[in-house]
Amino acid sequence: MKALSIQNLSKQYKSGVQALKAINFEVNQGDFFALLGPNGAGKTTAIGIITSLVNKTSGSVIVFGHDIDHQLSLAKSCLGVVPQEVNLNLFDKCINTLVNQAGFYGIPRIEAKKRAEEYLKQMNLWEKRNSNARDLSGGMKRRLMVARALVNQPKLLLLDEPTAGVDIETRRMMWNFLRQLNQQGTTIILTTHYLEEAEQLCDRVAIIDEGEIIENDSMLNVLGKLKQEVFVLNIDNPINLPPEIPGYKTSLRSPREIEVFVSQSQGINNIFTELKKLDIKVNSMRNKTSRLEELFIELTNHQTKEKQR
Amino acid sequence: MNSQIISMVALVRKETTRVLRIWVQTLIPPGITMSLYFIIFGTLIGRRIGEMDGYPYMEYIAPGLIMMSVITNSYGNVVGSFFNAKIQRHIEELLVSPMSETSIVIGYLAGGIIRGLFVAAVVSVIALFFTDLNIKYPVLTFVVVVMTAGVFSLAGLLNAIFAKKFDDIAVIPSFVLAPLTYLGGVFYTVSLLPDFWQTISRFNPILYMVNSMRYSVLGTSDIEIIDGMLMIVGFFILLLFTSIYLLKKGIGIRD
Repeated sequence: MKALSIQNLSKQYKSGVQALKAINFEVNQGDFFALLGPNGAGKTTAIGIITSLVNKTSGSVIVFGHDIDHQLSLAKSCLGVVPQEVNLNLFDKCINTLVNQAGFYGIPRIEAKKRAEEYLKQMNLWEKRNSNARDLSGGMKRRLMVARALVNQPKLLLLDEPTAGVDIETRRMMWNFLRQLNQQGTTIILTTHYLEEAEQLCDRVAIIDEGEIIENDSMLNVLGKLKQEVFVLNIDNPINLPPEIPGYKTSLRSPREIEVFVSQSQGINNIFTELKKLDIKVNSMRNKTSRLEELFIELTNHQTKEKQR
Repeated sequence: MNSQIISMVALVRKETTRVLRIWVQTLIPPGITMSLYFIIFGTLIGRRIGEMDGYPYMEYIAPGLIMMSVITNSYGNVVGSFFNAKIQRHIEELLVSPMSETSIVIGYLAGGIIRGLFVAAVVSVIALFFTDLNIKYPVLTFVVVVMTAGVFSLAGLLNAIFAKKFDDIAVIPSFVLAPLTYLGGVFYTVSLLPDFWQTISRFNPILYMVNSMRYSVLGTSDIEIIDGMLMIVGFFILLLFTSIYLLKKGIGIRD
């Protein structure tokens, strides 16, 4: 069964802005699905429509076989959502936030309390259970929102930039947790600006730009479409001019850092052979940006140029 | 238990906890305000007025003052709670859940009624320091208080649904609710007014609520009790279905 099926989904706001233009995509049960796009691309509108926070203009949304037009309550009971912006009752205790949310999903109070404890512990917030949400740090608020989204044990978890503004340690902790959750069977849709995050976590990806889906495939296939990668090589001794490597374009980032542009058809072995000939010793190597980020820029720039023509 | 009932109970519990958690804001101010009314209008001025409609002035105004505090507090409870939830966006906790719009409305409605009852109890106790409060029809008193608190809870909800900024939730209480309450026969019997103003007063729904309360407590009223109850029940049903309809449409809460 499809976890989510979106057909010809459009949204035009009262202001006239066309946020979604008849988009189509499907998410399989068990997927870790990335929905990527630049600011204002329509990601949050799509999430808003799925969760019924935004009214659609046309099209259909089916969550685990439940059409939101006819079986909205059943569709919602399958969902958990972590919104982009903090939407906690800042004057409520953390424990009450979770117990109340479970109650709104029709979970009896005794069970709600058990689940609240379980998820607060999983998010390392149990010590803060009696603190008001307003007294939490930004990262803790994010974790509390994740715990709140899990309290009804959703089959489909929607995460709208869940790690925005959190420190590296918290982000890594959340990545591990989300991986585990996905492995246990929860389907996850993630929107994020950290493309490294999507590349690390997700197995499928859709890229949305100006309200249209411009890419929708497995992560492997999408990354395979990357025409060129840029590697940064850290070298032992400083140089003043970029070295000439036959078949490769190079530039100098700093006297100890060389950028090498490698197209899809090229390997990287020759680079080291040629540098050795030039008596340049390489200490380390890394991608200049994440591969997905390069592809993302390539695709969204291409889309803009196409429109300008 | 049905999941809609569980979710409704969860919302009622949340709203009741809120009223009790901020009791300094929700229960003390009406107590102080009504004490001042009893001292100034009842003791100081009332002594010079003497009787109204056959009752000592203090005794005459007590039911109206209780009703006045019920109206303002049940209205204020729901308009404040729902609008804050909209502004802080934690209304989304309810909107993304499978709770029906009817359950959401009933949850907020119950919160408003509960505050109305708490405040009615506080003001009634204060009234006992100033006058006798021999309630003639206790069941009717309870029904009138609950239904009136319900009407104004729903009115507060409608205000909050349409409100976009804090000014929008201050305008109705100041410019509509307060004048209608003061002109609704809390402090006088409308039979003292010239015919023209008596007729105008009968278009004021609060007149019916205040007088229904006065009838249930003292057994005297400017209107027929059946007219008062019809007015209260009629408004209750109208506002209840309007609120549910607006939430189903997503007015004021969904883009």
